[in-house]
Amino acid sequence: MSDAIAVAEQRIARSDERHEEDTKTIFGFWVYIMTDCVLFSALFATYAVLHNNTFGGPSGGDIFSAPYVLAETLVLLTSSFTCGLGILAARQKSKALTMLWFGITFLLGLTFLTLEIHEFRNLVHDGDSWRRSGFLSAFFTLVGTHGLHIATGLLWMSVLMTNVWKRGFTRKTLRQLNLLSMFWHFLDIVWIFIFTIVYMLGVAK
Amino acid sequence: MSESNPGAIISRHQSDREHGTYASYITGFILSVVLTMATYLTVVQHMLSGYALLILILGLAVVQFLVQLFFFLHLGRETKPRWKLLVLFFMIMVVLILVLGSLWIMYNLNYRMMPMSQQQVNMYMQSQGGGF
Repeated sequence: MSDAIAVAEQRIARSDERHEEDTKTIFGFWVYIMTDCVLFSALFATYAVLHNNTFGGPSGGDIFSAPYVLAETLVLLTSSFTCGLGILAARQKSKALTMLWFGITFLLGLTFLTLEIHEFRNLVHDGDSWRRSGFLSAFFTLVGTHGLHIATGLLWMSVLMTNVWKRGFTRKTLRQLNLLSMFWHFLDIVWIFIFTIVYMLGVAK
Repeated sequence: MSESNPGAIISRHQSDREHGTYASYITGFILSVVLTMATYLTVVQHMLSGYALLILILGLAVVQFLVQLFFFLHLGRETKPRWKLLVLFFMIMVVLILVLGSLWIMYNLNYRMMPMSQQQVNMYMQSQGGGF
């Protein structure tokens, strides 16, 4: 009987230790995300300072299409939602559902990135590249940095999905899924401010 | 893990608190869509302009930020001590100093600068090796 209690105590201790380790990893990643917010805020500040310096080139109102940006926004928002559903499925250890929800998240993310690259290509094609004016330099840097984060997230997602497919739900893949979902939600939060400050205020002028 | 393992039960209980449910994700999603559409319609229908518009849509963005923090990232539901929340507040402070400080300094700089015509600006840019 006392043996059984000792074993149980050991198990509890080990489980607590692992839980603590996961909590630390998640907190560390949270600190990274917060510093990434500071990076974005510097780019937002640059944009806010330079957004009127069009140097005879187009202003935001001339080049932004409101319905196009709304579509981008809703695609990214939905992907953030499906990513959350993927996490719930993973917590219920349902591999098929997890693969489905993260698969949808991946496709929506890819759609978003394609829409953004399409917008950038059209601008550059019309001669309104980052070399045109201070406003466009700040615009491409801010929105491009967000796009780069999305691309990195998609790469991470595809690698992680391969791991889940091969190895199933281990402690490591579950932890990684949690970190990825935090990253993905964070990218959607940054996009709220890009949508509002860059696009909506640009269109309103 | 078996049901008889108390450690598993405790950790599962804790993660439930920190992870949320279908209800929380659906609520967060619906609220976010509504807030996005509110911003979009206000701008596209030209309901407001000037400072009123600026304050309204920045306010809507901040509300959506809080909605997603709460319903998607489950902030405020961690057990004490709330380190995540503390780091978040520090980040917000740094961001506000950086953004408002930059705007303030650059506004003053523009205000005190000598006014130049477009031609003078072009000449200056060329003398610095830039421009078109």
